[in-house]
Amino acid sequence: MKIIFKLGCLVSIALLFSLTTAHITMAADAKPTLDTGDTAWIMTSTALVLFMTMPGLALFYGGLVRSKNVLSVLMQCFGIATLMSVLWLIFGYSIAFGENNQWWGGMGKSFFTGISADTLIGTIPENVFFMFQMTFAVITPALIVGAYVERIKFSAVLLFSGLWLMIVYAPSTHWIWGGGILADLGWASDALKGFGTMDFAGGLVVHANAGVAALVIAAMLGSRRGFPNELRPPHNPGMVMIGAAMLWVGWFGFNGGSALGANGGAGMAIAVTHISASTACLVWVAIEWIKFGKPSLVGIATGAIAGLATITPGSGFVGPVGALVFGALAGVICFFMISVIKNTWKIDDSLDVFAVHGVGGILGILLTSIFADASAGGVGLPDGISIGMAFVGQLLAAVITVIWAGVGSYIIVKIVQATVGLRVDETEETEGLDLTVHGERGYDI
Amino acid sequence: MKMIMAIIKPAKLDAVREALVEIGIQGLTSGEVSGFGRQKGHTEIYRGAEYNVSFVPKIKIEVAVSDGQVDAAVDAIKTAANTNKIGDGKIFVTDLSQAVRIRTGETDEDAL
Repeated sequence: MKIIFKLGCLVSIALLFSLTTAHITMAADAKPTLDTGDTAWIMTSTALVLFMTMPGLALFYGGLVRSKNVLSVLMQCFGIATLMSVLWLIFGYSIAFGENNQWWGGMGKSFFTGISADTLIGTIPENVFFMFQMTFAVITPALIVGAYVERIKFSAVLLFSGLWLMIVYAPSTHWIWGGGILADLGWASDALKGFGTMDFAGGLVVHANAGVAALVIAAMLGSRRGFPNELRPPHNPGMVMIGAAMLWVGWFGFNGGSALGANGGAGMAIAVTHISASTACLVWVAIEWIKFGKPSLVGIATGAIAGLATITPGSGFVGPVGALVFGALAGVICFFMISVIKNTWKIDDSLDVFAVHGVGGILGILLTSIFADASAGGVGLPDGISIGMAFVGQLLAAVITVIWAGVGSYIIVKIVQATVGLRVDETEETEGLDLTVHGERGYDI
Repeated sequence: MKMIMAIIKPAKLDAVREALVEIGIQGLTSGEVSGFGRQKGHTEIYRGAEYNVSFVPKIKIEVAVSDGQVDAAVDAIKTAANTNKIGDGKIFVTDLSQAVRIRTGETDEDAL
């Protein structure tokens, strides 16, 4: 009896996923029942995704800056993680997953209003869903750190990230995962009726949003002194590798957890995540080897992140052969976008957030429309949706996301400039933020 | 007495130490330094971007020797540190007016 009941739950979840996006859009009828396996896996994933920011991303970024700024980067990541957690409770979760309207979740769930330990989302407690989603709200603004390292005020980091959570991240999450305007694109065309943006774990919500914000704030903040010719190289590639490896493992929770259950979908998400990352690493170092003569550690680590970011939106929809293509294209396209942004556009997006995350996320969103199709080894597109229409739908969602992230981030940077100010002075920048802003020293050599 | 100061490639420190011990030198001081000579700096490539590293890491050694040992010591360093490539370093010799061994109070050549 129990087994049949459990099977019934799984089938209904599977149906729900195939109809909408991976992230639950409020199950309407059947009274949901708690599944302990699902709950245990999402609690585990929550820990894995928090670990991606603290300390994974912090170390990844920390190793890429100069030794006089290493602590400031660790501090920015830690500070953002804690502030976003508190703001997630106050307004973030409610704006993203409240039920106000299609644009804005409202404040109905602010401070856990109406949420008890027994409240369920699908088969897991809502407090677990809240925590899992919170770790995404933590890492997304933390990704933007890579754009402004070595020259920004710490107060500006906190104010920017807080406003960004409210104005860009939470609404965008609501639109795609919270049943908002991008969860059913039927309003755009009859041919898209029933098609919701296929963003399994955050190609748009996390990576495109962070990447676009990175580009905007880097352009408005200005380059580091000495960019691009007189900069010192990354001070600790070993630290970069440790951080990238932690991000990689954490990504199993990021993508696998986005299945919101402990099931075959989660297992496949982890498999394709790993394949894409490995492929992107190999492609990235192959390009370096051919172009510059040496395969580098920073290169292989960066390739991993590009492959991981690119598979993120597709991880619940595509098969392992598709993942090879995601990884290979991530390696090639993200690699060349780095020099487009730094050398051609001359924007000092210092640690290449847009080239790796923004480009990777959008690339993944577009590829998903092709490789989610059953003919390409995916789980299949919604009934009546062709690859072409899916591509149009994904592109539309990407354009809307990019525009909102760009406009929202621009307004927020203007607000920060007008209040606490954006940039440290010349002396502080030259001496390094560790000592001048935080009063600490990374290394005593 | 003379003070020999030599800038050498980091990989050659052990060879230089062994060569000096072989001719009877009793001690030396070494440290990590960075600088540039004819080798200039070098470039490193990270994520496709070239960084000019204008100061190259080297080892500086300092050896105090008696007048009679100078030529042999300079020769030992010169031979041991040579790779016949640019960036092998330089040897400088200066006069040394006084030396004291702190523990015993011995002075000059007795202190070396």
